[in-house]
Amino acid sequence: MGTGSREENASRKGSRVEPDRLSGDAPCIVVAKEKNALQIVSLDDAAAQLGLSIGLPLANARAIAPDLTVFDADAAADVKTLDDIACWCDRFTPLVALDPPHGLFLDITGCAHLFGGERALMQAVCDVLTYQGFTVSAAIASTSICARTLTRCISGQIVADGEEADAVDSLPVSALGADEAIIRGLRRAGLKTIGDVAARAPHEIAARFGAAFTTLLSHALGEGDAPISPRKPPPDYIVEQRFAEPVTTEDVISATLSRLATTLVKSMEKQGKGARRLEASFFRTDGAVRAITVDTGQPVTRGEVIDRLFRERLEALNDPLDPGFGFDLIRLSAGRTEIVVQEQRDLDSHVHDNDELAALIDRIAARIGAKRVVVHLPQDTHIPERAVLAAPAQQHLSASTQAAWPVRVEGEPPLRPLRLFEKPEPIKVPFATVPDGPPHHFTWRRAVHAVVRVEGPERIAMEWWKQDGQVLTRDYFRVEDEKGLRFWIFRDGLYGSELVDAEGKPAPPNWFVHGLFA
Amino acid sequence: MMTGARTNTLATLRGSIEQIETHGGACAFNKARLGHAEADAALKGGLAVGAVHEVFCEGHQSAVATGFVAGLVGRAAARRPLVWVRQDFSELETGALSMSGLAELGLDPRCMVSVRAADVESALRTAADALACDALGAVVLEVWGGARQLDLVASRKLTLAAQASGVTGLLLRVAAEPQPSTAETRWIVRAAHSPPTTAWNAWGAPVFDAHLVRNRHGLLGRWIMEWKCDECLFSEPAAHPQPVAAAPAHRSHQAQSVFKRSGYRFA
Repeated sequence: MGTGSREENASRKGSRVEPDRLSGDAPCIVVAKEKNALQIVSLDDAAAQLGLSIGLPLANARAIAPDLTVFDADAAADVKTLDDIACWCDRFTPLVALDPPHGLFLDITGCAHLFGGERALMQAVCDVLTYQGFTVSAAIASTSICARTLTRCISGQIVADGEEADAVDSLPVSALGADEAIIRGLRRAGLKTIGDVAARAPHEIAARFGAAFTTLLSHALGEGDAPISPRKPPPDYIVEQRFAEPVTTEDVISATLSRLATTLVKSMEKQGKGARRLEASFFRTDGAVRAITVDTGQPVTRGEVIDRLFRERLEALNDPLDPGFGFDLIRLSAGRTEIVVQEQRDLDSHVHDNDELAALIDRIAARIGAKRVVVHLPQDTHIPERAVLAAPAQQHLSASTQAAWPVRVEGEPPLRPLRLFEKPEPIKVPFATVPDGPPHHFTWRRAVHAVVRVEGPERIAMEWWKQDGQVLTRDYFRVEDEKGLRFWIFRDGLYGSELVDAEGKPAPPNWFVHGLFA
Repeated sequence: MMTGARTNTLATLRGSIEQIETHGGACAFNKARLGHAEADAALKGGLAVGAVHEVFCEGHQSAVATGFVAGLVGRAAARRPLVWVRQDFSELETGALSMSGLAELGLDPRCMVSVRAADVESALRTAADALACDALGAVVLEVWGGARQLDLVASRKLTLAAQASGVTGLLLRVAAEPQPSTAETRWIVRAAHSPPTTAWNAWGAPVFDAHLVRNRHGLLGRWIMEWKCDECLFSEPAAHPQPVAAAPAHRSHQAQSVFKRSGYRFA
């Protein structure tokens, strides 16, 4: 029984905003193709008064009202609009769930008093959305299904705890939002209102219409509740600043952010927490919401660090923050937090190098993106291009400092190149004197290099157990040309055994340069 | 010939310029010995730590210059964290920096944080940021081709950041023409042959033909330097022919002629 959990459902009729705006007097309808015919999916009041209804074919509608304005349905735009409205609703509660195609659930438990009570909150939501050109129907009830059922028939109802059954008693069964087939079946059985259905024994209904419908019915009657699934997980900490007068200047915005950061840090400090993910949301007066997220490698416990990270991030935005007519709400939330162990600072200045390095990495990542700052982890493979994994530094800094790299052989010159091409570059090699020997000269990037010294081959076989199809063994050579440049080149395939043409004769091999030595 | 009086005046002037540059002599550089005796003598003890150094090379010599920079990093800031900033384009053109190769040179890949910047501006900004962080040992900024963003102002910013934090900054400029800058030293690096006398299978240690074309506090020079991977040290290669053409002792910092001179080679 959803005691205390109060849901609001703002259901929206009318698929698009534009028809309402454009309408004037001319009736507008939105049509979509269904079963190979264009049918009305939504319509405005003027069209409804002419006797049109949802599901009517367009040809019939045109016959009834020749001066119809017709729009094509745009499902993607509908979804986006609903999502944008949900973003805007975030200002009332962090728990906003979508109820496609036209509905939203808001869990306003413990939030209503911030906006002057349930009635005032619902009024505020309806007023703003109506002003924006939407048709809104809202209701507040203890369970989400009950609220939704109410919005389908009456707008602006608030149902007290325990009165759900009375409230939905007289509503038609179609308001439940069950399948079309079930509704039709109920009507045929003579059960017109929800009260009629509720009066029957539950096992009779379940036997005829399935358990899912009985569950839906009991939720509508307030006899049970299913939790809504919010769009975003609720953040651990939220601090926000509302403005009576919308703010537009950068100074005020950044000052607000740093003030919020200080407050956030204080509230996290009480529970010994530090933030790993921070989100700043900017609510514009015209309803648009911009959220900016910053991730950190280590839990942040200082306000100035948060402030600096956001400054870096805001400066580096491709599409800068556009205040438009101003922001009336700025919110800072910590989406992910961790427990911070307080440590005594050491007098040795190098002990905390890693902390400072992590902070630097956070700053750089905030500006240019987390994937662009990497550390390197050795991999257990012989294949040169896969021997090292570049992993995002924020998450893998400590792993990389403890990684075990293969030990270099003392007294040997470097056996691996300093520069490695991700994709080996093909080189032109005239046929070598010894077929499986090194080349005398080769052409790479339109320049000819004469080979003066050679060392090799170092044979590296591919990992046949990991790959499908044939993979060729590579013979690597270290070569030095007449200018002193050193290359790492390889022949793809073993001459004569792997490299054969259709008749079984040896085929000419392909050569590649894979890296450059210092 | 200069008279004694003129030499004196010149020395006094040089001294006062130095005082202005170093804010009243408060900051004297720590030096990291390179290991090559002549180079160390010219650099008055070694590479200045907490300063910016530039390394130039031609396009096809990028790996060699990378090795030289890695060597300087190994000398200036061994075992301290290193941030290597490079452009996306540089990676395509000259290959990615290989950690296995870096480990082969005697450096520690665990200290290394790579930053791939999309363009020169963000690379420069990141490098300046990193240079200001005193937890690091060195910062390498790798830029491909001419970059007008790397002007005197940008260079001055990097120098000041490096001085304040004591982090060594290394600019690796591949396929670029030297421009006026506030760098402490400027090198032009190209590959040198492996010593001819070494055994057939023991060649391949990095050998650089390093040309010091700018040195704010000392003489210039040109040396063949070999990198000893095991000792993590530069050295004179054994029995290696030194370049015959002696480098001029002093020349303007615009050493562009090096790139334009055709038919240039050493014995």
